[in-house]
Amino acid sequence: MRSMINAPKTARRGEVIEIKTMISHPMETGYRRDSSGVAIPRNIINRFVCTYDGEQVFSAELFPAVAANPLIAFTTVALRSGTLSFAWTDDLGHTETATIEITVT
Amino acid sequence: MRLWLRCCLVVYCLEVAAVVVAAAAGEISPADKRSGLDFVSPETRRLQEDDTSNPGMLWVLDGERLWREPAGAAGAACAGCHGEAAASMRGVAARYPAFDPAAGRPIDLQGRVNECRSQRQGAQPFAFESQELLALTAFIAQQSRGLPVAEPRDARLRPFIDNGRRLFRQRLGQLDIACADCHDDRWGERLSGSLIPQAHPTAYPLYRLEWQALGSLQRRLRNCMIGVRAEPFAFGAPELVDLELFLMQRAAGLPMETPGVRP
Amino acid sequence: MGAERAAEHDPALSGRLGRRDLLAGVVGVATLVLVRPALARPTLDAAVARFAGGNEVRPGRIHFQIPPLVENGNAVGVTVSVDSPMTQADHVRRIALFNEKNPQADMAVFHLGPRAGEARVSTRLRLATSQTVVAVAEMSDGSFWSSQANVVVTLAACIEDLL
Repeated sequence: MRSMINAPKTARRGEVIEIKTMISHPMETGYRRDSSGVAIPRNIINRFVCTYDGEQVFSAELFPAVAANPLIAFTTVALRSGTLSFAWTDDLGHTETATIEITVT
Repeated sequence: MRLWLRCCLVVYCLEVAAVVVAAAAGEISPADKRSGLDFVSPETRRLQEDDTSNPGMLWVLDGERLWREPAGAAGAACAGCHGEAAASMRGVAARYPAFDPAAGRPIDLQGRVNECRSQRQGAQPFAFESQELLALTAFIAQQSRGLPVAEPRDARLRPFIDNGRRLFRQRLGQLDIACADCHDDRWGERLSGSLIPQAHPTAYPLYRLEWQALGSLQRRLRNCMIGVRAEPFAFGAPELVDLELFLMQRAAGLPMETPGVRP
Repeated sequence: MGAERAAEHDPALSGRLGRRDLLAGVVGVATLVLVRPALARPTLDAAVARFAGGNEVRPGRIHFQIPPLVENGNAVGVTVSVDSPMTQADHVRRIALFNEKNPQADMAVFHLGPRAGEARVSTRLRLATSQTVVAVAEMSDGSFWSSQANVVVTLAACIEDLL
C-alpha cells in the first residue's frame, strides 16, 4: 500500500487544519466476478484512524461502497507541535501507517 | 499571365487541394485539436488538476521511490546514471516513442525502461502493466507535464508513423470500425451517452475510473480493439508502438498531462 | 404456401395459447412482484434506523455536496459538512453515508468530536446505478439529522472485459 498525506507543516495554535489522505488499495467489494464467474473475495480497508500525539482525533469505518484508492479528508484543531499518525487496516488484517510532523506556534 | 501571378494561383490551388484532402480524410484541423480533458465532466477534470486528489499521484510517488531503488546484479538505481529525474527526464516522454538504433525501430517509454533494466542494470524487465512499470513510466512522464508533445522529426521514424496511420484508419473487428471513424470523424458526438474524445495519448499512463487503477496507453488501445470485437494486439506488439508513435505525431503541440484522469 | 405451414406450427398465429405465451405471462407477473420492493427502499430505511438507534431523524443542518450527474459511478466525490460549533458541549459525534441501490446500504461512518474543529468530511464513493444517497449526522445531544441527494450515474463507453 502506498499512502499520500497532504496537510500543512505549520499552523497557529487553535487553527483548524485540513488533512487530506489517500492510499492505494483496490477496495475489492466481493461482488465482482472473474471471467469464470467465480466471485473475487472481498478485501477492503475497513478502518482508518488518525491520532494526534497518541490521542485519537478522527476515525472512519469503511464499507465496499468506498471507491478504490480511497481518499479521506477531514479537519482537526492544531493544538500543539507534534506527530500526526495515520493507520489504515484492511480485511486481511494488514495495517499501513504513515506519520507527519506539525509545528504549532 | 505574369509569373508571380501564376505562382500564386498554383500555391492557392495546392492549399485548396490540401484542405479538401484533409477534410476527406477526416483529420482534425490544428485549430480543433483538443485534449481528452476537454471532454470529461468538471468533477473528473478537478481530480486531474489537483495533485492532492489525483489517484494517479499514488503511482507517481511509487515511481519516485523506484527511481532511487538499487536494482539488478550491479545494484544500480535509475538515479545512479540519470540523477534527478526532474532535470534528466524533463521533455523525454514528450518525444517518445523514439527511434531505437539497436532495434532498428521505434521504442516506447516502457520498452526503454525495460531495456535499461535488462541491458544496463542487469535486472529482470518489469512485466507489462505491472505496478512497477506503471509507476516508473508515470513518474518519468510526469516530468514532462505541461510541455508540448514534440513533432517527431527523425526521418527514420517515417515508415513507422505511416504504419501507425494505416492502423488508425484500418477497419477492425466484427463491428468493422476504424479508430478514425470515431476519433477523427465523430469526436464531440456521443457513444452510449459518453462524449467521444479525439484520442490523444497526452495523459498516459492515466487513472481510468473504469479501471479503478492507473493503466497504460496499450491497455486502453486493447480495450478499444475489444470494443469493436477485434482480437487485440498483444502487450508490447510493434503495432501498438507504431500506433502510439502516430498518435503522438497527431497530438503534436498539445501539452503532456501525465498522470491524467479519465472516466 | 410457406406462411400456411408456419401457421400450423406457431400457436401464436393459430389463436391457441401456447407454451411461449404462458411463459411470457408468468415472467410478466413475476416482474411485477419483484419491482415493488425496490421502490420501497427497505434496506436504506433500515440502515438509517439502525444507525440512529431507532431515534427520530430530522432533515436539516447538513450541507451535502455530491454531483447530480456523474460519468462513472466508480469514484463519486462527496463532501458532507454539518452546522456545529464543535465544542465539548455541542459537537457532531458521527457522520454516516447510506445509499439506495448498491448491494449494501452502508457506505461509511466517520467519528468526529470536538478535536475536529469543523464537522466536514470528504471521500469518494462507488454508486452502482442512479440512486439516492443519504447523509446522517449524530449530535452530542443525541439528536439525528439527515440530508439526501439524487445522483444520476452514467457509464463510460468501451468498457474493458474482465479478461
